[in-house]
Amino acid sequence: MDVLLLSRLQFAAATMFHFLFVPLTLGLSIIVAWMETQWSRTGDETYLRMTKFWGKIFMINFALGVVTGITLEFQFGTNWSRYSAYVGDIFGSLLAIEASAAFFLESTMMGVWIFGWKKLSAKAHATVMWLVAFASSLSAIWILTANGWMQHPVGYTIRDGRAEVTSFWNVVTNPFAVLEILHTLSGAYILSAFFVMGVSAWYLLKDRHVEFFTRSFRIALVFGCVFSLFSVVEGDIHGADVAKNQPAKLAAMEAHWETQRRAPLILFAWPDQEKEKNVIEIGKIPGMVSLLAYRDIDAEVKGMKDFPKDERPPVLLISFAFKGMVGLGFYFALVTLVGLFLRKRLMSHPLYLKLMMFSIPLPYLANELGWVVSEVGRQPWIVYGLMKTADAVSPIAISQVATTLAAFVLVYGTLGLVGAFLVIRHIRKGPELQTAEA
Amino acid sequence: MDLQTVWFLLWGLLWAVFFLTDGFDFGVGTLLPFLGKTDEDRRIMLNSVGPVWDGNEVWLITAGGVTFAAFPKVYAVMFSSLYSALMLILFTLIIRGVSFEFRGKVDSPRWRQAWDTAQFLGSLLPAVLFGVAFANIFRGIPIDKAGVYQGNLFTLLNPYGLLGGALFLLMFVMHGALWLSMKTTGAVKERAAATVKRLWPALALVAVIFLVASRFSTTLYANYIRHPALFLVILLAVAGLLAIPFFQKNGKLFYAWVSSAVFIAGATFFGVIGLFPYLFPSSIDPAFGLSIHNASSSPLTLKIMLVVVLLFIPLVIAYQIWSHRLFRHPIGEEDLGYEEAY
Repeated sequence: MDVLLLSRLQFAAATMFHFLFVPLTLGLSIIVAWMETQWSRTGDETYLRMTKFWGKIFMINFALGVVTGITLEFQFGTNWSRYSAYVGDIFGSLLAIEASAAFFLESTMMGVWIFGWKKLSAKAHATVMWLVAFASSLSAIWILTANGWMQHPVGYTIRDGRAEVTSFWNVVTNPFAVLEILHTLSGAYILSAFFVMGVSAWYLLKDRHVEFFTRSFRIALVFGCVFSLFSVVEGDIHGADVAKNQPAKLAAMEAHWETQRRAPLILFAWPDQEKEKNVIEIGKIPGMVSLLAYRDIDAEVKGMKDFPKDERPPVLLISFAFKGMVGLGFYFALVTLVGLFLRKRLMSHPLYLKLMMFSIPLPYLANELGWVVSEVGRQPWIVYGLMKTADAVSPIAISQVATTLAAFVLVYGTLGLVGAFLVIRHIRKGPELQTAEA
Repeated sequence: MDLQTVWFLLWGLLWAVFFLTDGFDFGVGTLLPFLGKTDEDRRIMLNSVGPVWDGNEVWLITAGGVTFAAFPKVYAVMFSSLYSALMLILFTLIIRGVSFEFRGKVDSPRWRQAWDTAQFLGSLLPAVLFGVAFANIFRGIPIDKAGVYQGNLFTLLNPYGLLGGALFLLMFVMHGALWLSMKTTGAVKERAAATVKRLWPALALVAVIFLVASRFSTTLYANYIRHPALFLVILLAVAGLLAIPFFQKNGKLFYAWVSSAVFIAGATFFGVIGLFPYLFPSSIDPAFGLSIHNASSSPLTLKIMLVVVLLFIPLVIAYQIWSHRLFRHPIGEEDLGYEEAY
């Protein structure tokens, strides 16, 4: 155990925990804003009850997302101070812009939304939720622009031992970042759609609040289907871009060791990093990786063996995470298409409803796997090709990192349990009581 | 004025705005067990900051982000050397943040009491720790040539640091008590007003001791002696402090709160101006300290960020003021029937 490993574990724990809440915030804010708009337009009470029921889940989730996000910003300074000093000129400014242009709006409007029911007209109140939704997606866009720069640095020059910005325009229009933004946002919207569909399915299976949850399900279904299909297409383009800019990540994703033309897609591979080969390979589609990555079935794909040993990411973890994510992506597109087909007859298909209920955790898994591919796949680089993670860590005592890692696990674990308990409790109470209280 | 100096002043301003906005939230949270005798009292107190505390806390994120963007080396060295103190602050802010949202979600006195305790600790500890941290920065931090911290958490708990902690706590509690006397009705309002009166002499005393101690523990006064006009900042802080009881006696509670805000901003700038041109001085050797000259970003980043800040910060202030006006009416028992109460 050293400071580097503990800091990486701590950062992984903090980001992955944070990202349990962010995707739901991103998508649910849009769904709730849509429901509230419907209420303000039609005056239909069911839409108001829907707004409040899903809105309360949103609030609990939002609170957890915010508090876990604060620690992330400061961890760059506490645990990755050498990184911060090296890239602050670019990375730091993106974080600062995120706070001043997006996070302020999101947090201020959230307070107005929670407390403003009697202070604002229905239309104005719905507009406030749209502002929350807009600001949270905008916030994600800035953060992902920063992450995209770590994946594919552009618009900089190295001067006096640090990266300095030369073209801010290139930084904010970084094509890698744009693809990453589209992929992450659609993943988040899918997650929220599956959350709403899953919870609704639970109620529909019990034959309670049928009107309320059929409507919720349908709204989420359309939302989820659009982004599931989008995500499959966009993911393919994103993958081709990764192949171009991060060839070592691609080799790890596909578990390819040898550089070859007509590189095959291996459906299942068990890679062994020591032996530099796959000990198990099942199902090969010849030329498929060449085709997907370079749009040319004869294209040469660089294998892991052609990268120096100290520049290889862990192949087993990344290939599993990648295939899991892709498989789930196809699953989301498939089941939402089936759902669209069944749209009018949901109640007569309990099996489908059951499937959707048990699918709630799957987009969570897919989102986290995506981050594993993205972040672990970039290793050993913290900024791809520019700075190694090992050179980025703070010169601090190991005891400090160990103590805070333990504190993170303890505090986050507790908060996660309490949050889950509150959300489940609220869902079980159902929408009826919510209006009785009002 | 060069870009670095502009950013130095903006850096100080952002911290000052954070202290004078989230400061009253910390004060209210710290006063929770003392002024909130009943569950209703405590709900009134929490709801008085409910709509705005989240937006207030973003000033911290922005102050941190701007440090990162404009003075990356300061961001790196400051947060890694104050590691334990900062992590402690972050954890307390986490439990404070969720306590707002969680306390009202289960109808059980024990549940609420647990989150009220979280709220209290999550307000008291950051108030003290920010004071300790900033007093230590005023004093100089033991960092070596490479910016590596040569001390531990207890190095920060020196008498001057602790004095800073006491000052910040009293300052924020005063700010929170004034907020409550302005924003609530009934028993809470009366107790808050009484607290302001009782607290004022203590705050004044600690403020004077801090000013005197700064003469012996820091080199803050050097800039003031070089440019005596700067003493006006200290006078402004003192005027803010003196105006608090004056306005309170006349029933002008909003002005009393503004005076307290002026005092907080003045106290922050007292230190910030004294630090100039350093943001993070070294107590080992002045040459190891981080200043606006050896720690700033490239001129291009400073320029871009200046445009961003000039564009967005006025907008932020505008909608935050709108939100404050929307919730300007004092909170009383009759407001607790809303489902949106904590």
